[in-house]
Amino acid sequence: MAKRSAPEVNAGSMADIAFLLLIFFLVTTTIETDSGITRKLPPIDDEQEDPPPLKEKNIFIVLVNANGDLLVEDEPMEFQNLREAAVTFLDNGGGTGDEACNYCQGPGLSDSSDNPVKAVISLQNDRRTEYGTYIAVQNELVAAYNQLRNREANRLYGVDFTEMEAVYNDPNYQGDKEELKERIKKIQELFPQKLSEAEPKR
Amino acid sequence: MSKFKKKGDGGTPAISTASLPDIVFMLLFFFMVVTVMRDSSLKVQNILPFADQVEKLDKKNLIMYIYAGKPSPRYQETYGTEARIQLNDKYAKISDIQQFIKEERQSKREELRDKLTTALKVDKATNMGLVSDIKQELRKAEALKINYTTKEGDAMLNLE
Repeated sequence: MAKRSAPEVNAGSMADIAFLLLIFFLVTTTIETDSGITRKLPPIDDEQEDPPPLKEKNIFIVLVNANGDLLVEDEPMEFQNLREAAVTFLDNGGGTGDEACNYCQGPGLSDSSDNPVKAVISLQNDRRTEYGTYIAVQNELVAAYNQLRNREANRLYGVDFTEMEAVYNDPNYQGDKEELKERIKKIQELFPQKLSEAEPKR
Repeated sequence: MSKFKKKGDGGTPAISTASLPDIVFMLLFFFMVVTVMRDSSLKVQNILPFADQVEKLDKKNLIMYIYAGKPSPRYQETYGTEARIQLNDKYAKISDIQQFIKEERQSKREELRDKLTTALKVDKATNMGLVSDIKQELRKAEALKINYTTKEGDAMLNLE
């Protein structure tokens, strides 16, 4: 009998099969867009304590109606100007004595906020406001805080605050996390994010 | 008797394609590893709003997703066009959220439970009333860390 060698398998079509699979995965892949504005909700208090008294001038009231129009401090406002208005309010530094703010660069008007630590932004929207509009307002207000925090972080440490936060949240960061945390906390104390959201009106 | 023979017959030699499968397999494995299969199919319209002050959410297993928006076109005949909430694979009522959060917490290891974040994937045309109701339920369920999932872009695009 003639010795039969095992026939060689033709691998020429392997590339085609692999291409088929490749195209399947290419089509089904969705690079997930998981980023967004992070917020913390206030816990529900059972006993209603009286909130500490706030001075009228330390509150920055932003109202959004059902049509997506803005009313800021009783004046209608365009969206483009909201960030600037919030920055001016937070950075005003009109306080004297104990309430003076030594790092503010605002004009120090007597009818605007005393100190960023005291300043509160109150946001109220209608139940029929569109979510997109609400996110736009949130975005502008967060941007105002970030702008001021970046300024202070640059003055004190020479880096942007947002960058410090990004590095801190990076799990692969090798440097001194404790020190970074300390610095982030310091900046957050200078400009605490006091954003209060009222229940929407019916 | 020349030392220099003419090489071949002058035609260009065929390029070997033997390594093509290897290259393709390499790409294939890359995409297989990168692919995240959607664990729930969307039953609501979900055009996310834009924002540029965003933080990234890593640790995908520590996120609970709540979707909201109008039902997708193919469900609109049955469910109408009123905005709805979707939890996992099905439509849900506002009152189901607390139970959902509880179940999600149960399925995670104990030390990770307080690190859970709720990602709200809400269509940008939804009314704030529904979103506020969701937020109220989350407060009751003590799931206080939330994230409004957005696309990266100029926030002014939301107003058009």
